[in-house]
Amino acid sequence: MAIQLNLSVIAVAGQMAWRKAKPVLIRETVLLPALGLLGILAIWWLIALLKSELMPTPAEAWVANLDYILHPFYRRGPGDLGIGWLLIASLRRVLLGFSLGALVAIPVGFLIGMSRSAMLAINPIIQIFKPVSPLAWLPIALAIFNLADPSAIFVIFITSLWPTVINTALGVSSVSQDYIDVARVLEMPRWRQIFKIILPASLPYIFTGLRISLGIAWLVIVAVEMLTGGIGIGFFLWDEWNRLNLSSVFLAILVIGLTGLVLDYVMSRIQSLVTHRSVAPNTL
Amino acid sequence: MVKSRSQFANSTGVLELNRSEFLVIENLVKAYPKPDGSEAVILDGVNLTIGEDEYISIIGHSGCGKSTLLKIVAGLDRATAGSVRLEGREIRKPGSERMMVFQHYSLLPWLTVRENIRLAVDEVLHNATRAEKISIVNEHLNMVNLMAAADKYPDELSGGMKQRVGIARALAIRPKVLLMDEPFGALDALTRGKLQRQVLDIWESHRQAVMMITHDVDEALYMSDRIVMMTNGPAAKIGEILEVPFPHPRNMQELRELPEYYELRNHALNFLDRHFSQDD
Repeated sequence: MAIQLNLSVIAVAGQMAWRKAKPVLIRETVLLPALGLLGILAIWWLIALLKSELMPTPAEAWVANLDYILHPFYRRGPGDLGIGWLLIASLRRVLLGFSLGALVAIPVGFLIGMSRSAMLAINPIIQIFKPVSPLAWLPIALAIFNLADPSAIFVIFITSLWPTVINTALGVSSVSQDYIDVARVLEMPRWRQIFKIILPASLPYIFTGLRISLGIAWLVIVAVEMLTGGIGIGFFLWDEWNRLNLSSVFLAILVIGLTGLVLDYVMSRIQSLVTHRSVAPNTL
Repeated sequence: MVKSRSQFANSTGVLELNRSEFLVIENLVKAYPKPDGSEAVILDGVNLTIGEDEYISIIGHSGCGKSTLLKIVAGLDRATAGSVRLEGREIRKPGSERMMVFQHYSLLPWLTVRENIRLAVDEVLHNATRAEKISIVNEHLNMVNLMAAADKYPDELSGGMKQRVGIARALAIRPKVLLMDEPFGALDALTRGKLQRQVLDIWESHRQAVMMITHDVDEALYMSDRIVMMTNGPAAKIGEILEVPFPHPRNMQELRELPEYYELRNHALNFLDRHFSQDD
């Protein structure tokens, strides 16, 4: 009740203040998203109140997590690090694996997009391995590296390959014939066409692939860290569950979600900087 | 009226001399093999000679192969038989001495207006210094009144502005033949009129060979020295070539007051109507 009341007060006040400015914009960018978030918080609160043995209320979780939130970068021992350090450790694995993946996937995608023979040779490999859960590669990675950290990076590498390869190939093969005709009329040599026409023309597709890859990589790292242990946001989440500390699990989920959002936003900013075209944020 | 007739006689005399073998299209045939083994003939024996500073329009119904003809001259498509020669040399592949202005502009969307023109200049004018290239780009930006939009991306431009970039890009590399594939086809009527005037101004001050595809009789009469009228496809050929005797520089308002203008216009429209009904 209290929440709903608050919300309507905010809504009325907001609409009064912004009626002359851009009421529709405020409604769409502030009020409705806030309504959704408050709604989910209300549901959580309701469940926690009815079944207090199941989970903490949002307020209890806030109090329990205050130390993590206020001191994200504490170091109190070899395994006792602030949540900021854990996040950085996970991000490091994802960015390493993702970058290695992109370095392999973009050239392979180019090859498939430009040559029918390459497509026929490589496509079956992609079709077979694409549906495999990236976690299935973990035992092979552990067998190769005997270490958790490189194994996690290897799994992220594999994860990042497929969407980037497929989207790059699609982009390269669908470069408008008009652009190629311009290059041909200008007598541009083939190798220069690749860098001056085909690469920039397919960049939007390549970035779509990279954004999907990075999104999946961020999903997968949490699961990988649960299995491999070590320092990272995924293992933190699992460790706190084992300590029956559900408040921290909620915090970890929120942090993982926000980080994923930021990663995609950063990629879309890089995309619009590189391609000089405005990019719609990933809405759904 | 009498004056324009005498000038007409004079200018055709000059054209007869220049026309000798600048761009020669001879017995050109284009056919595609069909799945059932037979051939789909698009162009069936096209013969045309174009002068060094002549503005030619090619007009015909959609599907008559006029775009194919232009693509073969550009070198983007291969003829099945026959030949196209520019200054006596056989055309086999694309070349920058035959630059295209595309119907849908074909600007590279990741480059600004200036960079689009610069790309063409960089590819073609190898011997120019950096300073010369910059001044060529600026000169052609000014020529089409696009200096103010030089650093915008194609997405930010109107259709008319995009086509002006296309024209500036084509002219900046100093082609011997300018090939235009319905350059004003995608523009609204007001923009089209303005751009036609601009292109004609440029051509009147720097005459060169132009082949322009159009489906607009008024546009062809206003701009070109001769109108090549194609019969309907399949197996299209040149039905008739219409001489347009009006001297340059031309003025649309003045042209519209000439009875000859309407004679030529009706003649061309009748030709097109006749070939349209034949097909039905």
